[in-house]
Amino acid sequence: MPVYSEKVMDHFQNPRNVGEIENADGVGELGNPTCGDIMKIYIKVKDDKIDDIKFKTFGCGAAIATSSMVTELVKGKTLEEAERVSNEVVAEALDGLPPVKMHCSNLAADALHLAVEDYKARKAGKGPLGRVETPEHDESEHDLLEHA
Amino acid sequence: MKIINFDHFAATKMRPEVKDAMEPFFMQEYGNPQSIHTLGDEPREALNKARLQAAELLGAASNEVIFTGSGSESNNLAIKGTAFARMDKGKHIIVSKIEHFSVLNAVKALVKLGFEVSEIPVDKYGSVDPQDVKNALRKDTILVSITHASNEIGTIQDIKEISKIVHENSGAYMHTDANTSCGFIETDVKELGVDMLSAAPHRFYGPKGTGLFYLKKGTRIMPLIDGGIQEFGRRAGTENVPAIAGAGVACELAKKELKARTAHLLPIQKYITSGVLGSLYEVYLNGHPEKRLPNNLNFVVKYIEGESMLMWLNNKGIMVASGSACTSKILKSSHVLNAIGVDPALAQGSLLISLGEDNSLQDAAYFVKELPPVVNKLRQMSPLYEEVMKNRMQSVQV
Repeated sequence: MPVYSEKVMDHFQNPRNVGEIENADGVGELGNPTCGDIMKIYIKVKDDKIDDIKFKTFGCGAAIATSSMVTELVKGKTLEEAERVSNEVVAEALDGLPPVKMHCSNLAADALHLAVEDYKARKAGKGPLGRVETPEHDESEHDLLEHA
Repeated sequence: MKIINFDHFAATKMRPEVKDAMEPFFMQEYGNPQSIHTLGDEPREALNKARLQAAELLGAASNEVIFTGSGSESNNLAIKGTAFARMDKGKHIIVSKIEHFSVLNAVKALVKLGFEVSEIPVDKYGSVDPQDVKNALRKDTILVSITHASNEIGTIQDIKEISKIVHENSGAYMHTDANTSCGFIETDVKELGVDMLSAAPHRFYGPKGTGLFYLKKGTRIMPLIDGGIQEFGRRAGTENVPAIAGAGVACELAKKELKARTAHLLPIQKYITSGVLGSLYEVYLNGHPEKRLPNNLNFVVKYIEGESMLMWLNNKGIMVASGSACTSKILKSSHVLNAIGVDPALAQGSLLISLGEDNSLQDAAYFVKELPPVVNKLRQMSPLYEEVMKNRMQSVQV
């Protein structure tokens, strides 16, 4: 299967930090089952650092690999550092993704940011935030992707 | 690792007889069939022979068979060729909602030029009700194109009845896309009563690069490629002689082996169906339970996504396809699953199997053993599954 890099295949086949954290301090969930991707990230926070992180993902190979990679990138990092990790950073850490996967399957960092936001909201007595639905793609977007 | 091809709709391995028939026309007999000199003799003979072999399989006269470049081209020729030749009679075309993209996108292109299209819905098994076709017919309907058997869910349509209704109630031509069915079930054009039919020899152990098109005598179409007089003036361009020679042999083999193929495929299909449905819960079979091709299976596995399933099976040496959005390259789940009422979220868990002559019951047993761990692994990772399990636990506790 040549479409994915070796790193993507590794994270797809041996995903790191799969699972859920009971009594998580923050949960970020986003996606849309119609598009085929839902990512859920759980974090445990201690001294403003990500003490533990786990994920569950419904989606394609890229969706699973990006979820796994983002957990590995931010485990033990401060919340501020975690917030600076973007979807592009995750894709780069995986040695890139096929263009068609850059949009819908590359949302793991967004899910992480949501988890941090959820943690802050809970601390402020405003959480939990719940799942965020991402919009479905429109036709014009397909054309662009096809030519990319 | 042994490779098990459960994706024959994508590619079949050519039969040795097919390759042997093609071989002379690459280097020794490389001439142009249209040449008057000696170099044209053998290629011309090969073309005539292949046309006869194809005509035999379809129950047609040999001058009713046109070789195209692919099954998609045959469908385009039927639809655009009819539209351009008959636009003075009307601009209305009828297709079903579950056609192949080479039909749906061809009519989409015609809509941009001012044609009107009616898409007939299907029931939950993917069957077209012939009465719905009758109700959709209009005075200005020039063409009805309904697939013989679905390339996704395998459901076989009652083309004979639909053709009868079309011809009794209108002046429209009847075309059927038999690109998936031909070579595996009967596709006799007289029995089906069609004016045009498309078939794809590469689907039944022939070479890629050639398609069959049946055009009943007296049916008027406009060619899509103008030029010389090749293919009775219906498709200009120097003929792909090696591929056509191979396609002819594939047709001859299909005619001879049709019954044996079904006898070989049915037990494998049955084994996989009961094996998968028996070992996994919340998995459904799509398509008609009986009126379906012997070589196709389409499952929906709830709570997981098709591409990741496909990739894990690939690791085990099992090659399958899926109708999920992620595998579609246009990021949309299957329009066929959508048309039979499968929820778009569930369509993500689509698993498409197409069998062929190189498959055995051992392959089926291996697949049935390997699938459940893959599904369970992905379900354990799925937030959708987690949600459902939690809700169930709660309802049990209440």
